[in-house]
Amino acid sequence: MPDDEQTRRSSLNPVTDEDIPNAEVSPMSSETLPATSITPTTAAAPVAARAAEIASDASAPNVVFDVRDLNVFYGAFKAVRDVNLSVHKHEITAFIGPSGCGKSTVLRCFDRMNDLIESARVEGQVLYHGVDLYDPRIDPVEVRKRIGMVFQKPNPFPKSIYDNIAFGPKISGSKENLDDVVEKALRQAALWDEVKDRLKKSAMGLSGGQQQRLCIARAIAVEPEVILMDEPCSALDPIATARIEDLMQELKSEYTILIVTHNMQQAARVSDRTAFFTTEVNPESDTRTGMLVEFDSTNTIFSAPSDERTENYVTGRFG
Amino acid sequence: MSPLSTDELVVSRELPGDDGSVLLGSASRRRGDTLFRGVALGAGLVVLFVLALIAASTTKEAWPAFQQEGLSFVTSSTWIPSEGKYGALAFIYGTILSSLIAVVLAVPVSLGIALYANEAAPRRLRRPVVYVMDLLAAIPSVVYGLWGIIVLAPAIKPVYEAINGAVGGVPVLGWFFNGTSGRSFMTAGIILAIMITPIITSLSREVIATVPSAQREAAYGMGATRWEMIRAAVLPWSRGGITGAVMLGLGRAMGETIAVALVIGSQAQITTHLFEAGDSMAAVIVNQFGESSGNHRSALIGLGVVLFIVTILVNVSARSIVARFDRRSRGM
Repeated sequence: MPDDEQTRRSSLNPVTDEDIPNAEVSPMSSETLPATSITPTTAAAPVAARAAEIASDASAPNVVFDVRDLNVFYGAFKAVRDVNLSVHKHEITAFIGPSGCGKSTVLRCFDRMNDLIESARVEGQVLYHGVDLYDPRIDPVEVRKRIGMVFQKPNPFPKSIYDNIAFGPKISGSKENLDDVVEKALRQAALWDEVKDRLKKSAMGLSGGQQQRLCIARAIAVEPEVILMDEPCSALDPIATARIEDLMQELKSEYTILIVTHNMQQAARVSDRTAFFTTEVNPESDTRTGMLVEFDSTNTIFSAPSDERTENYVTGRFG
Repeated sequence: MSPLSTDELVVSRELPGDDGSVLLGSASRRRGDTLFRGVALGAGLVVLFVLALIAASTTKEAWPAFQQEGLSFVTSSTWIPSEGKYGALAFIYGTILSSLIAVVLAVPVSLGIALYANEAAPRRLRRPVVYVMDLLAAIPSVVYGLWGIIVLAPAIKPVYEAINGAVGGVPVLGWFFNGTSGRSFMTAGIILAIMITPIITSLSREVIATVPSAQREAAYGMGATRWEMIRAAVLPWSRGGITGAVMLGLGRAMGETIAVALVIGSQAQITTHLFEAGDSMAAVIVNQFGESSGNHRSALIGLGVVLFIVTILVNVSARSIVARFDRRSRGM
């Protein structure tokens, strides 16, 4: 099944410019995006003139992100080129590859975090339920409310545990009772029992693993659809890592997760699909540009990769 | 065998068992360390020594006045040198009031400039903003004072009159926004605010620059706007440092002499009316010291001692505030 998805994806026609405005209004304006809200109507749409769009939606009822010909530049330097992949609902998608292959750079395209780097520039499309996140009309602040992020190093605010979680719901104007939101998020992040008696204490007093789970709780407190994780365990010990991995499996039923990891075993353990990136040297400038080599179900990537470079990497012969 | 440097040790992988001398290190390098420690300690002690010397000699000089007045030196506000009465309370009040006005006016402006220069300004504007602020810090205080007395005081008098006319009779507001003197607590506070803005700005800016990008990303990553990011990440992180900057500014305002002496109006009175003339400890010293002698002179030096103590108290409380913030954000 995942293999089918993959082959179908690659045979898709690129969308024409005109379906972006059409698609833009509905998904971005609704508060959250239930999985079923888009598919049935569009799949049933009749007209052949919009064949490309119908094909795209019909083949992808569960596609959250569709990345098309993505190139990222820092100034004149091309950091990543020609990335095409799709991210599926309630799955964990892992990005693996050697240092400098652009996996984090690509991840940061999914919530417009690259905007914070002044020289960064993006070409191609990152379609989120059919809406191009890089359309000039899109407000990155709205994007980031729906697509949360957890970073490499735990980065709680120097405030109380409670205030860390409450921050997101507060700024997004949540009408719910904050105490309930905080408890729910902490429970979901499997942290409630450890911190329920010290909610007013500073988050900086928690251990590294607890801080990272707090950051996950903080991210899910705003009820995003997607959680991006940029090497979330690289600063943690193996026990804390195992807890985060368990947590990811639990969160999968409610969220779509993308994880960048330099730990191949982690990708193999937790993910449903894996994208393998590598670098190639640009002969004239001696710089390295990252590229997507292969994207497939995690099983295939680790047991029967179709590209020799993937095989070399996952078997430990390279990188 | 001569002692080996670390480089050689790595290369030769000599085991300490072969010859213990490899781990003994070099005596001359250790001497450098000892020397450095001595010099640093000496420098630290010199500061303490000078401080103690100043405290001791001024207290000694001021002693006759302290002895004569006793506690009323700081509890009485009657200061009549010709009758030998030296009560400094009005000056202590003037120092504190004008400095507080300065801080209240300067802190929002300074924080605004610091945040603008660090967070909001286009990259090419950041350096000029910082440069202009640093220039402001380089202007001698007498220039501020002259500007205050020649330009600001006459120009602001109608404003005071207008405010006084509007709210002078209103309860609460009228207690403060009352009086019509161009040279007043308020004018002194404004001049002081301009003088301490550069120092508060530059220290805050440095603190704000140390906020880790991970903190900013954390806030942005949750869909924060720039202002929400500043409130969630930048301000909590730099709270302790900004408090320190404000306290340094307050200290500088309390010690400022000549600019205040020119614009505060030189009248020993305790009033909540901000637009009336007052006087400050430093201003009294500089105005009266030239023609003073005997107990009058000793009382003026006594003012210096009190100013010294008040400044130290402010600094100590500033440090404890900063330390408390730091402890809290570290989770202790």
